[in-house]
Amino acid sequence: MNRLQKGASALLAAVSALGMAAPALADGHALDLSGETVEWIIPFSETGGSARWANFYAPLLSEALPGNPTVVVTFMPGAGSTRGANHFQEQSYEDGTLIFGSSGSTQFPYLLNDPRVRYEYGDWNVVLASGTGGVSYLPPDLAAELEEGGVDALLDDNFIYGSQGATRLDLVPLLAWEMLGLNVEPVFGIEGRGDGRLMFERGEANIDYQTSSSFLSGVTPLVEAGTAVPWFSFGSVDADGNLVRDPTFPDMPSFAEVCEAAPSCETSGPAWDAWVAFFTAGFPAQKMVFLPAGAPQAAIDTYSAAFQAITERDDFAEISATRLGVYPQLTGPAAGTALQSATAVPEEAQSFVIDWLAERYGVVLQ
Amino acid sequence: MELFASALPVLGEAFGMILDPTVLGYLVLGVVMGLCIGVFPGLGGIAGLSLLLPFMFGMEPLYGLALMVGMVAVVPTSDTFASVLMGIPGSSASQATVLDGFPLAKKGQAARALSAAFSSSLFGGLLGATFLTFFILAARPIVLAFQTPELLMVTIFGLSMVGILAGRVAVKGIVAACLGLLVGTIGEGAASGELRMATYDLPYLVDGFKLVIVGLAIFAVPEIIALLRQDKAIADRQVLSGGWMTGVKDWWANKWLSVRCSLIGVAIGVIPGLGGSVVDWIAYGHAVQTSKDKSQFGSGDIRGVVGPESSNNAKEGGGLVPTLLFGIPGSGSMAIFISGVALLGTGQIEVGPSMVNNNLNFTYAIVWLLAMANVVGTLICIFAAGGIARLTNIRFALLAPFLFMIIAFAAFQSRQSIWDLVALFGIGMLGIMMRRFDWSRPAFLIGFVLSAPAERYTNQAVQIASSRFRRSLEEGLDYIFSPIVIVLIIVTLISVIFGLRQAKNIQAEGDVSSGGKRAPLLFLLAVTAYIAIAYTDASMIPDFARTDRVFPVFVGTIGLIGCALLLIQMRLKPEVDPLFADREVEDRGINAFGLWPTLAWFGGLLVLTSLVGFILALAVFLLTFTRFRAGQSWQYSVLYTIAGIAFICGMAWTLNRDFPPGLLQSLVELPWPLT
Repeated sequence: MNRLQKGASALLAAVSALGMAAPALADGHALDLSGETVEWIIPFSETGGSARWANFYAPLLSEALPGNPTVVVTFMPGAGSTRGANHFQEQSYEDGTLIFGSSGSTQFPYLLNDPRVRYEYGDWNVVLASGTGGVSYLPPDLAAELEEGGVDALLDDNFIYGSQGATRLDLVPLLAWEMLGLNVEPVFGIEGRGDGRLMFERGEANIDYQTSSSFLSGVTPLVEAGTAVPWFSFGSVDADGNLVRDPTFPDMPSFAEVCEAAPSCETSGPAWDAWVAFFTAGFPAQKMVFLPAGAPQAAIDTYSAAFQAITERDDFAEISATRLGVYPQLTGPAAGTALQSATAVPEEAQSFVIDWLAERYGVVLQ
Repeated sequence: MELFASALPVLGEAFGMILDPTVLGYLVLGVVMGLCIGVFPGLGGIAGLSLLLPFMFGMEPLYGLALMVGMVAVVPTSDTFASVLMGIPGSSASQATVLDGFPLAKKGQAARALSAAFSSSLFGGLLGATFLTFFILAARPIVLAFQTPELLMVTIFGLSMVGILAGRVAVKGIVAACLGLLVGTIGEGAASGELRMATYDLPYLVDGFKLVIVGLAIFAVPEIIALLRQDKAIADRQVLSGGWMTGVKDWWANKWLSVRCSLIGVAIGVIPGLGGSVVDWIAYGHAVQTSKDKSQFGSGDIRGVVGPESSNNAKEGGGLVPTLLFGIPGSGSMAIFISGVALLGTGQIEVGPSMVNNNLNFTYAIVWLLAMANVVGTLICIFAAGGIARLTNIRFALLAPFLFMIIAFAAFQSRQSIWDLVALFGIGMLGIMMRRFDWSRPAFLIGFVLSAPAERYTNQAVQIASSRFRRSLEEGLDYIFSPIVIVLIIVTLISVIFGLRQAKNIQAEGDVSSGGKRAPLLFLLAVTAYIAIAYTDASMIPDFARTDRVFPVFVGTIGLIGCALLLIQMRLKPEVDPLFADREVEDRGINAFGLWPTLAWFGGLLVLTSLVGFILALAVFLLTFTRFRAGQSWQYSVLYTIAGIAFICGMAWTLNRDFPPGLLQSLVELPWPLT
């Protein structure tokens, strides 16, 4: 651990000397958190993916912040994460000992004008944006049909999908399958994506998706055993904003390719634009860390530098591969750009999805 | 068999791993921490494991596992202390233990009940581990055979236990269960997100109530208030010395019951989705059904302790199957366990489908660490039992403020909102009234616990089945009436018929005499009113979200029919009928204080908390309560208050928790712990 600590501080020093990411560290106003306790609010329960993400970063953050404060993850679940986010909105910056971790489930209600949302992303200061991806997969018999006759062969099938709710991240796969013309009936009331996978394994659901890290740990063994076949990944957004193959799954076609190839699906028009907008909002910057409103630049820089130091650790690739997958962990200006694209969808996309939810699932958000 | 032959060397390897002295050291450390946390009602494995998580990063995998498993394993052992000694369910695993354990403590046989419970726990834990050693190799297909209709049937089987626990008036028990089911539906519907008996203006209700709060409110609050009103010690006679040997003998006398209940515990723990929260009730029901003389159940039958306690440690072992093999946590603490395992070492142990193939040695190590933690934990507990049992001889007025402090703190951990305390108090009132008028509180709690799974599995099974029926009739029927479902239907029917035939003899909460008509009638009217309002509220859910409407409307209808039957009976029967049971009449002679003045103390704590925050309110409460209600000197009261505040602050500090803030805190910045 000591060696790592030294490595991290050497990195920090190097970074600040170059004056690239943390110019503020060079002057005397930098935050020093010696003896402090940093509270990291996660608006979910101890049991979710955000908890795993925060538990991964918390000890590293403690090492990387100047003064090595204790970092405590506080769980504040409720109302699909809007309760914790509303709570954070009411806080103002004091001494840099309060941060907040949001997720796609915090972004979507915000984008869909959910009545419970009383928070405004524009007020907060982003210091880290973690991306992820997703993979859709099928049971072997349907995969064989697909292999033979293309997407058209699947149009007559009845699909069952275990879903957590149409307004959650599930919106992205549900819309994707619908655009392909599949007849997918979501069975709601699933408590987590793991339960959805179990439903698939039991043969009750015959289509499913998992985010990248759960796909790697939970579905890859099924693929090896021959009981599941990956179909497509949602893809990934490259530096120029293009949709490309997911770097974690370079051998898998992206949704854009699958849609392009399917006669029933179009990679243009309102549905496609809406899908791209919500995918970009939900996945490439799925989990973000914020400082509250009114944080001074010095504090933002301190945290950005700390997260940057973590992501530049020699062993980061190794320790993060199974926990987070191979996705960009963005800090500094890149995180700001990610936040922009994650919290702003074109009005047409927004109204398309709101209409689609109302028409297809009877979900009325007001 | 071949499979097992190849696993045998791995099993040996696993034993080699865990018998390392350092590993055992970590295990004992975990066990001691787990015992300390489990002793406090409402704080279970979740709180304990969250405490350990920060240390798991990069830790040597085996040491980390020993620490975490040690902690998880003994929570259902040590939470028995609260259940038996105070009548407070220490966690959801010990709810049924209260029914007979607490009456035993009242008779001065706390040590006997405790040691019988610990022996049963130990045995259950060991049997569970042995069973798992074989079962885990073949578990995947069996667990996968439990599809949604099977899960629904297991849930219904759990609900059928209401039949046994309904009390003397079966209809009252059924209405109580309906009320529990309806309270369980409060909040956002799982299927379409419609609100039931909630509003977005009160976000607390949107998420519904948590089991911790309902369990404490329904069992602990009424018991504390009742004991406080009598103003004496819990045990009405001197605690027997050397009682713990009797308990071990009691367990031995009922060893076959213990075997059966352990197997029930493992089997139900294995099924993902139910979280094992009803295991202890099913085991209790089984103990009652298979006993010849049922007259003592509810007033201190040792079999009522042996049954549930054998099952709840075995359940932890069973719960490892979905956790390790599927990566699906069977309970909240298992979810944190998964997160902790991923932090260990370089993350090479990945909980999930690959666990048996790639990490069978670690899988076995976990199973047997669990068994060893049970042994260590039980030995510590049995030796402590005799001493701790003497708590029941302390005057209760001195114990109550302390207990209330712990319960309030535990309830607040549920959502970290002042509304947690309001909910505790409000549902506590319901519990007090149910206890007074002899409405079955176990039935209510079973309803509450099973409400969410019953609704969820019903909706899902209907949806999936209709999709199957669209394909073909045969496929649909195959899906619904699988062999497992048919067996479960038969078992449930037998259990219901047996239960109803014998329910009259089983007084799960002791005998209560009857009094006047007016008070029981008023309470019945209040219950009817709530069910009617919940029914109306649910029936207004629009058609497109009907999946959220069907269940509460269905339950509400049954509840209203039950209420109507009761009203008619009340009209016809004389006031000495068990229908009019009223504990106030029964206890008139022994109650030294009225209900309302006693409640006012706790209401005062609540109101004061909302004004000045928990710690300041608690200080005032402890000081005045000890001085005026318990009649101690000022000096004594001040010392008591300081000790209490220091204790709760120490606990919160260790667990990194805050206290409920009040109005004052929103105006002025105060340092911790006053925040």
